[in-house]
Amino acid sequence: MKTSSFPLIHNRKAMVGALIVAFILAVAIAAPLLTSYDPGARVGRPHQSPSLEHWLGTTRIGQDVFARLVYGARTSLAVGFGAGLLITIVGTALGIIAGYRGGKIDEVISFFTNMVLVVPNLPLLLVLAAFIGQASPWVIALILGCTSWAWGARVTRAETLSVKQKDYVKSAEMMGEPRWRIMTFEIFPNLISIVGINFIGSVIFAIITQATLEFLGLGDPKVVSWGTMLYGAQKASALSVGAWWDILTPCFALAFLGIGLSLLNFAVDEIANPRLRTGNRLGRWQSLIRSGEGRL
Amino acid sequence: MTSTSAPILTLDKVSKTFGNGPGAVRAARAISFSLHAGRALAVVGESGSGKTTCARIAMREYEPSEGRLLYKGKPVDKAGAKEIADYRRSVQMIFQDPFASLNPAHTIAYHLKRPLMLHRPELKGAAVAEEIKALLRQVKLDPDMIAPRYPHELSGGQRQRVNIARALAAKPEVIVADEPTSMLDVSVRLGVLNLLSEMKQEMNLGLLYITHDIATARYVAEDIAVMYAGQIVEWGNTGKVIDNPAHPYTRLLLSAVPDPDIRFDDPNAQVSATEADETRRRSAADQATIREIEPDHFVRTA
Amino acid sequence: MTAPLLSVKNLTIDYIGETDDFRAVDNVSFDVAPGEVFGLAGESGCGKSTIAFAISRLHKPPALIRKESAILLDGRNVLDLDQKGLADFRWREVAMVFQSAMNSLNPVLRIEQQFYDVLKTHKGMRRAAARDRTAEMLRLVDISPDRMRDYPHQFSGGMRQRIVIAICLALDPRLIVMDEPTTALDVVVQREILQRINELRRKLGFAVLFITHDLGLMVQFCDRIGIMLGGKLVEQGSADAIYRTPEHDYTKKLWASFPSLHGGVLR
Repeated sequence: MKTSSFPLIHNRKAMVGALIVAFILAVAIAAPLLTSYDPGARVGRPHQSPSLEHWLGTTRIGQDVFARLVYGARTSLAVGFGAGLLITIVGTALGIIAGYRGGKIDEVISFFTNMVLVVPNLPLLLVLAAFIGQASPWVIALILGCTSWAWGARVTRAETLSVKQKDYVKSAEMMGEPRWRIMTFEIFPNLISIVGINFIGSVIFAIITQATLEFLGLGDPKVVSWGTMLYGAQKASALSVGAWWDILTPCFALAFLGIGLSLLNFAVDEIANPRLRTGNRLGRWQSLIRSGEGRL
Repeated sequence: MTSTSAPILTLDKVSKTFGNGPGAVRAARAISFSLHAGRALAVVGESGSGKTTCARIAMREYEPSEGRLLYKGKPVDKAGAKEIADYRRSVQMIFQDPFASLNPAHTIAYHLKRPLMLHRPELKGAAVAEEIKALLRQVKLDPDMIAPRYPHELSGGQRQRVNIARALAAKPEVIVADEPTSMLDVSVRLGVLNLLSEMKQEMNLGLLYITHDIATARYVAEDIAVMYAGQIVEWGNTGKVIDNPAHPYTRLLLSAVPDPDIRFDDPNAQVSATEADETRRRSAADQATIREIEPDHFVRTA
Repeated sequence: MTAPLLSVKNLTIDYIGETDDFRAVDNVSFDVAPGEVFGLAGESGCGKSTIAFAISRLHKPPALIRKESAILLDGRNVLDLDQKGLADFRWREVAMVFQSAMNSLNPVLRIEQQFYDVLKTHKGMRRAAARDRTAEMLRLVDISPDRMRDYPHQFSGGMRQRIVIAICLALDPRLIVMDEPTTALDVVVQREILQRINELRRKLGFAVLFITHDLGLMVQFCDRIGIMLGGKLVEQGSADAIYRTPEHDYTKKLWASFPSLHGGVLR
């Protein structure tokens, strides 16, 4: 079996996941080309059902749902990837430092990690967001980044502890490599799959959490995002008046993005742990057994 | 060990104890030996005999509990930052496991580039690439084929050659090789040992060869030290120690070495388990008296 | 020569991949006579352990034993055994000792209990009888029977390996497959164990299939030896012939790979 430098290409889950995410990304970038409507402006009558003019209908105050969907993708993706990046950077850095340096440094970092870990995340976010009041997406991303790194830090620390024991790390130490180089060039590249899983997981978490906070009315309602779409639809009792397009559109968008990212995550996991691989790898073996070519 | 040149590295009555109180383990007891340029010393023993502890003390991974480590006659523990850096360059290690000692994330070229950058800053730009090629050629690998590869694309023997090249990159004076061939396939072992011997001759290196395989010790090393339970029980010229063993433990070890000329059914070739246990028990006690059996051949007795 | 105890005929084993196969064992045939020690030598990946696994029927997918293969024990094809027949066969007729066997002892059970479990399952022995048998077997491998109440961690690696061998012998198997049984142990302990097994096979009459990469050791212990390279059995003959008059280039090359205690290499 040949090992490819880009194993993700050969994984079907990864391909589907990447296509979904890339599609949403393309839609977000191309938003002005896809619709001529201003997502914040009143462009039609309230709660019109989908039509040629308004592909996904309009909201309670006559905004175009499709325009809000494509522009909202920008916010949701930006917050998701921004917060995900922040969470991953903080978690990975603290995890590697704690795991590699050990001793007092490890004790201090682990203490904070465990402290952040035991504080329930969502209630804390609710309190913080309520305290700030009508938080902008960037504030939400920042809060998420500051409160959600602990899980990643723990996992990274545990993995660092095992990589640190490897002879190649010892060899670098004996060679006199500076500590920062050992952490960034010897240990970090071997944690790539864990960091990848952490990153994608954090992005999913950040997107869902941001939508949740906005849905609960803790975000800035003037911002166009999938969370505020949900908030607006809920406030306008969209479902009870039969305006399903108003509430289902952001729901499906979130689910679609969630599926895409989760598929990517499974794929990275499978590549990191070959034992998780499923599918028809044994197909040929089974057909050979059936045809009597051999046995066990 | 007799040699006319001044030793590069000396362990002077070094002891290492792990833990304290009744559970303490004396991994090394009053170990003394020297490494000389162009000579190989084999430290032979079973697992747990303390041979790897000696290597780690020489690599300054462990601080000795007692005794001193001398580098060119000067105690290392009193050395300044510059001397420490010099020591790091001068004493290089080759690890046992060729699969774990190269970072799977980096190419072979990277593994050779780092020691060059760290220890030979005078090399710049194209000179570094040239030196990497020269190093690979020195260990008989094809530079154009091997340099851009990742460790998992190489066989065990090739990886161990890369490890040797990496050690040589720092222009060392001493190489510590801890069981460098025990994880390799038998047919490539001698090639790696031959390479180590050649490098030792050509570059006038001191070689500390740690092994459990006394036959390879004879193949590689001029001098030998047999360890048991943290002590060197017998040492001297390799041929003299192996052909004329004086310590009961050395005799036991030699009698058990696989030898196709002696079949197990041969009644004269039996190793008695009870006698072996008795020899081990006695050899574990402090062997304080040093006796010279013949020139360049010493034994310790209780 | 008497009728063979074990007869491996045209054994071919593939590891089935998604697109192509890896042939681990290629048309290997050899016999082991009752009471004989037969050695399989070769380097890692040559297929010697794959053969050991096949004889004990321990293979899992994607390994595939091709249809023309046969492994006969007393004329009965081991590959035809069903699950029940297999359970019986594995201990009572063929026992296995691996390199890491010493770690296969259950750490939370006393040695006595581990013997009892095996003896009860396969021979329906009662406590008292099992205890006698345990004492007898421990004495055979030079371990004092009063240590049977100890736990595995109270023994050294070599002693644990001897205990595993004693458990294997307790059911009087006719063949013991030993795959690098002493590679993880020190030479003195290795010699003690193998010498003991040699005495026991003379006394009890079991045959041994001995697998190692150490040719010197193999010649000391085995009656006959097969040399494997890339899944094929390239040479087989008496231990003496393999040592003194090797024919195949690879056998010669292997000999030239072992340094001799007396200087130079073995051959």
